[in-house]
Amino acid sequence: MATTFAVTPRTHAKPVSAQRGPRGRAVRRSLTGWAFVGPATVIVVGLSIFPAVWAFFISRAKWNGISPGVPVGWRNYQQLVQDPDMIAATQHTLILTAIFVPGSIALGILIAVALNQRIRLIGFYRTCIFVPYVASAAATGILAGFVFNPQFGAANDILRHLGLPQQQFLESRHQALYIICLILLWGEVGFTTVIYLAALQDIPRELVEAATMDGASKWKVFRHVTLPELRPVTVFVAVWQTITAMQLFDLVYTTTRGGPLNSTQTIVYYIYELAFQTQRLGYGAAAAYFLFIATMILSLGVILYGRRRGSEVF
Amino acid sequence: MRRSWRLPFSPWHLLLMPLALIFVLPLVQMVLTSFMSSAEINQFPPRLIPTSLHLEGYRHLFAETKALRWFLNTVIVSGIAVVAHLVLCSMAGYGFARLKFAGRGLAFVLILATVMIPIQLLMIPTYLMFARIGIVDTLAAAFVPWLASAFGIFLMRQFFLGLPVELEEAALIDGCGRWRTFRSIVLPLAKPALTTLAIITLLWSWNDLLWPLVAISDDTKFTLQVGLANFQGMRRTEWSQLMAGNVLATMPLILAFLFAQKKFIATMTFTGIKG
Repeated sequence: MATTFAVTPRTHAKPVSAQRGPRGRAVRRSLTGWAFVGPATVIVVGLSIFPAVWAFFISRAKWNGISPGVPVGWRNYQQLVQDPDMIAATQHTLILTAIFVPGSIALGILIAVALNQRIRLIGFYRTCIFVPYVASAAATGILAGFVFNPQFGAANDILRHLGLPQQQFLESRHQALYIICLILLWGEVGFTTVIYLAALQDIPRELVEAATMDGASKWKVFRHVTLPELRPVTVFVAVWQTITAMQLFDLVYTTTRGGPLNSTQTIVYYIYELAFQTQRLGYGAAAAYFLFIATMILSLGVILYGRRRGSEVF
Repeated sequence: MRRSWRLPFSPWHLLLMPLALIFVLPLVQMVLTSFMSSAEINQFPPRLIPTSLHLEGYRHLFAETKALRWFLNTVIVSGIAVVAHLVLCSMAGYGFARLKFAGRGLAFVLILATVMIPIQLLMIPTYLMFARIGIVDTLAAAFVPWLASAFGIFLMRQFFLGLPVELEEAALIDGCGRWRTFRSIVLPLAKPALTTLAIITLLWSWNDLLWPLVAISDDTKFTLQVGLANFQGMRRTEWSQLMAGNVLATMPLILAFLFAQKKFIATMTFTGIKG
């Protein structure tokens, strides 16, 4: 990059800028640089760093957005860890994450391996499996409400054909969370699959061939050659999907709105309710900070776990 | 020969066929249901194929809601998001990849830091900020956060770092300014990266629900996702209407996906590898 600038002719060829001296040149150069990066930088930084700092100050106040806020120190945070609704929301979110992340990894690998075969109809299969990822979570939630409708939905119809008892699905407080998890998998597995498919196609052919020549069975090749090769991608997918699950909102909003009996209330849904339904801005901001920290810790945990496992294998 | 008999087709079909159906049939049912009458929908066992083409779902949707307006709003918001992303992120990406200037390191680190901050943390102060400058409840509130993103800047920067500098040097020596070199030499080479950026911005901005839900409460300014989500909660659900709305909300992207599948998949892969 430095060389690019050394040969930049403007500063050398033009007598005007030469007269300005090295300082003038530096200023001019900075102006050009900022003309390129300035607008995007101002938007990105201005709409995240500044509000993030402000959110911290809000989180240390009792404030409804209208009357002046009252500073309360750490009280919002202290209250938060004892708030039964917050504890329940955290539990629901963690259950979702614990099912969704391994589920989407396992399904993603399985489907990617299947789609990597040279068989007929593979293009058709690929299209079918990727399409749900493009559909919005809001639309997916509304559609799920229809499919899982206890009275006339397709899901109960299938159960009836299989001779199984009819279910309440999203209207049951014992099932709703798991059904939401299933819907989330349906919508997100396409993404995981695409990534694993690309990773599979990146594995050097010689590696697999060498193992096969040495007499390893297909399963053994998969277990000892393919899977270790997929590990870096798996760490990425795990982090990405952990964030997706921890921040789940859209699906909950368009299926159950946190019900029945709060059984599907997630952390983000609770934050939304606190800040924008009951106008408890300070408390909501504290909950948002809690989510931010929790997501960071979980993601770091996933990365460290992936690294440690990785070093054991190699 | 170890196996004495073989399936007439690969055993993978036994896995893929049911999976493919599970993934695609709900969407097929969504489209078909949008063309049914209420009487057809409210029967059990449910039927997949409508007896005849009913358009009442769409008629009621457009008559009773502002769905057409919402659709237009979504097109505007996503359109501005995509164009602004392409312009601003490619400029910034180029600046960070090729230009040296005071404050570059700091600016880049700040942008890097924003990647970790989730929208859920930002929505309360951003809402207050937008309320103060008076753009809450306008379309601007929906698209301003979408004008540029750290992801877009990184994507373009990575791409430009991978381009050989010789081409640009030649142009610069010929007396082209930075801006002209960027416009007429570099950008045309960046088409693959720009396509990826356009697709990902379109996907994310079109499907966004939480932020526009927070920022907009005037129903003439709703995006489709917000409009449908609220419409669903407001009334005794008329499924044909809701499914018609769903078709409106998902079909543009699904059709785009079907027509440009390779580019979409390349984009998703890229997100995974660089994201």
